[in-house]
Amino acid sequence: MAEKREKLVLVGNGMAGIGTIEQILKLGGAYDITVFGSEPHPNYNRIMLSYVLEGSKTINDIILNDWSWYEENNITLHTGTTVTRIDEGSKQVITENGMAVPYDKVIIATGSNSFILPVPGSDKEGVVGFRDISDCDAMLEAAQQYSKAAVIGGGLLGLEAAKGLVNLGMDVTVVHLMEDLMERQLDRNASSMLQAELERQGVKFAMGKQTVELTGEQRVSGLRFSDGSTLEADFVVMAVGIKPNITLAKESGVSVNRGIVVDDYLQTSMQNVYSIGECAEHRGVCYGLVAPLFEQGMVLAKHLCGSDTKPYEGSVVSTKLKISGVDVFSAGEFMDAPELTVISSKDEWKKTYKKILLKNNVIVGAVLFGDVTESANLQKLVKQGAVMTDEIYSELMGTGCCGGGNKKGTSVEAMADEEIVCGCNGVTKKAIIDAVTENGFTTVDEIKACTGATRSCGGCKPVVEQILQFVLGDSFQQAAKQGICGCTTLSRDEIVAEITAKGLKTTKEVMNVLGWKQEEGCSKCRPAINYYLGMMNPDTHQDEKESRFVNERMGANIQKDGTYTVIPRMYGGVTTPEDLKKIADVSLKYDVKVVKVTGGQRLDLIGVKKEDLPKVWEELDMPSGYGYAKSLRTVKTCVGSQFCRFGTQDSMGMGALMERKYERLDFPAKFKMAVNGCPRNCAESCTKDIGIVGNDGGWEIFIGGNGGIKPRIADAFCKVKTDEELIEVCSAVMQYYRETGNYLERTSEWVERMGLEQIQMVILNNEENRKELAARIDFALTQVTDPWKKILNDNSTRTALFEDARV
Amino acid sequence: MNKTTQMYAIGSVQDFLMQIGRVVVAGNVELAVFRTSDGGIYALENRSPHPKGGPLAEGIVSGHFLYDPLYDWKIDLRTGEVQAPDEGRVVTYPVTLDEDSLTVSV
Repeated sequence: MAEKREKLVLVGNGMAGIGTIEQILKLGGAYDITVFGSEPHPNYNRIMLSYVLEGSKTINDIILNDWSWYEENNITLHTGTTVTRIDEGSKQVITENGMAVPYDKVIIATGSNSFILPVPGSDKEGVVGFRDISDCDAMLEAAQQYSKAAVIGGGLLGLEAAKGLVNLGMDVTVVHLMEDLMERQLDRNASSMLQAELERQGVKFAMGKQTVELTGEQRVSGLRFSDGSTLEADFVVMAVGIKPNITLAKESGVSVNRGIVVDDYLQTSMQNVYSIGECAEHRGVCYGLVAPLFEQGMVLAKHLCGSDTKPYEGSVVSTKLKISGVDVFSAGEFMDAPELTVISSKDEWKKTYKKILLKNNVIVGAVLFGDVTESANLQKLVKQGAVMTDEIYSELMGTGCCGGGNKKGTSVEAMADEEIVCGCNGVTKKAIIDAVTENGFTTVDEIKACTGATRSCGGCKPVVEQILQFVLGDSFQQAAKQGICGCTTLSRDEIVAEITAKGLKTTKEVMNVLGWKQEEGCSKCRPAINYYLGMMNPDTHQDEKESRFVNERMGANIQKDGTYTVIPRMYGGVTTPEDLKKIADVSLKYDVKVVKVTGGQRLDLIGVKKEDLPKVWEELDMPSGYGYAKSLRTVKTCVGSQFCRFGTQDSMGMGALMERKYERLDFPAKFKMAVNGCPRNCAESCTKDIGIVGNDGGWEIFIGGNGGIKPRIADAFCKVKTDEELIEVCSAVMQYYRETGNYLERTSEWVERMGLEQIQMVILNNEENRKELAARIDFALTQVTDPWKKILNDNSTRTALFEDARV
Repeated sequence: MNKTTQMYAIGSVQDFLMQIGRVVVAGNVELAVFRTSDGGIYALENRSPHPKGGPLAEGIVSGHFLYDPLYDWKIDLRTGEVQAPDEGRVVTYPVTLDEDSLTVSV
């Protein structure tokens, strides 16, 4: 027997309302749902309009729920339809075009409108607010036709709009009534630092100016201020604030004040009618930010689904400016006051500012400028009303010596499951933990793809990382917050993603497009980017010699006296008397200082003069052993079944085969292997990047071993039966490392960072994936060439690289 | 004792790869000569001021800075000044370009 489902009508197709509906669906709420929206779009992320304006996102990128989402969830959606009245008597909502939809429950989530200053001329052409997609479109359009813009309002939205317009090439002046920018979130110090930074980025300011008129004919041509001065502008954005959209509530007889008055369960004065988001007024406060709307949505959803819920008691708001390169944060109280204790530090050289406010020793607010790494932590402390302790103080402010701040408490532990971590997308701590435990995710990116957390402004990334760390324990190595080097703040993953997204081809392009601080990079990032480009586009990337470390550029190891070491290949550590003779002859002829047996079963010819290098290689006529490269070095072997009485597998044969197969390919770091014929492990597999041990029925594979700076015993990865399987698994491991390893990160670190289980999951539990990885490394291998063959055939490069000019 | 300056023709711009140093022996001084991406040509003594010494010519060039190949010190090609936190200075020699031929004064 079908139960009669209650009818729920949502008025307002924005983030607040749809966020609530999503929660209701998750909780299994049995409602027939109808949604009305007056904009012609499905639900989108309004707070990301700044990115659309900035050009880093398109409107499609910020759609949160597309048409199919409504369909899949059996939600009736009416876009472009405005609801005019809620009729309590007949329990119907009435639209402007006369539609009447019956309801059992109504949620009013009509949001807010831009507050347009009531000054003469504000209705002229070329005057817009900054609230929705149409405003955003108007701004993009204006930038193509007009050059001088004024943004009225130096708050969050105004500044984001101004920076967007500057990026679009307009000459922009921010007009602000007060002397300080963002005076409702920042104190004077932070505000003046912010203004200086934005001025540096090309935004102009007219501070302390009250606009009294917008001049011009049909179209706006300028602003007139109360002091009689004027400003020329052929485009004006009003960003002075928002006005809760309470028309519907008012028309329907619902109590309103500044916003629609609601109680702690978001109930309005009218029975069965609720309100949420920017249009609602709770305990006298209308919130204009995103986090509260999810907190309200959560309470309302539970309430409507009949689950137990704590009442909504208001939100601690925090602010983060979404302008790239300008880091500002504030939470809770931010202005000095006699009853508050202020802890602050200002560094005018590093351009950072930090202030923490205490009331009776409880942390009640904070302001950060320049360095916002502590923002997540501070936001949480303010929210919890944490009591300041010596530990928290030294964590936040440092102790002034190198021991400062090294004790990062796992504060996320204390966080409630329901607490919202990602304010933009309303993702709770629990949702993130579930993503980690149920899907085995180990990176922020995976969590982003699954839950949407960090997808928008990215402000919650530190907390997501902390949760990851908390859940995964030792298997998570906190991703460095710094970039890959001092030239950028971007991480390896971000750079690789940008290379793909923007189709970047050269290191120069990467550095230009991604805003490198030092235009041509440094000795850390240039080789790294050159590697990433080659790894991603093995067939088309033009290797950049000038971005290679000397050893790789010269194809030999530089020694401290400027001579070089040459190492010819000896596949699997096996050589021949003929080769030995050749090596001896060449060593004598070119006066090699020392011939040494290496740890990897080869011969070092140490002390070759640079100008002799080409001739040495030519006369050796042996492949380069890559003793210098971030590439496969050696495959160490034992004697194996060919001769050893214990050998069960042909380790020399397999070692030589592997060395031939994988030689010359670039890796994130040097790469060593070993193949053993029996479990006696004479070739020491346990300290190799990939160690292979033969046994009677097949092979056992170990990964992540290292005997170098940070010794590490390899982890048992899997057992295979056939040689084909062995090669396929090794190929997949190598390619996965190539694709996900940080430059210069050895597999020992990589395995610990990724987690052994993750690598096993990707390679062992998914045959298709494994085959694709193996195919990709095979393709890359078709592109490699012997560097010495190349140099010997290229006279001019040879001369320029190896021969001194004598004048 | 007075030192006399001597001019050496060291070839044309094309003899130097962009951002890749080359050793030039001028008289009895070994130079590391660099061509930067903005077309500048710089000549430095080919010896790192690091206590262990070593050549400079094989370093990585970025703008008018050099990262030395052995110890990764950052050196200003224009002045020879080693950048903090390291300290020191490399002797630099003026290079002049006339038509297409480069001359270094040593």
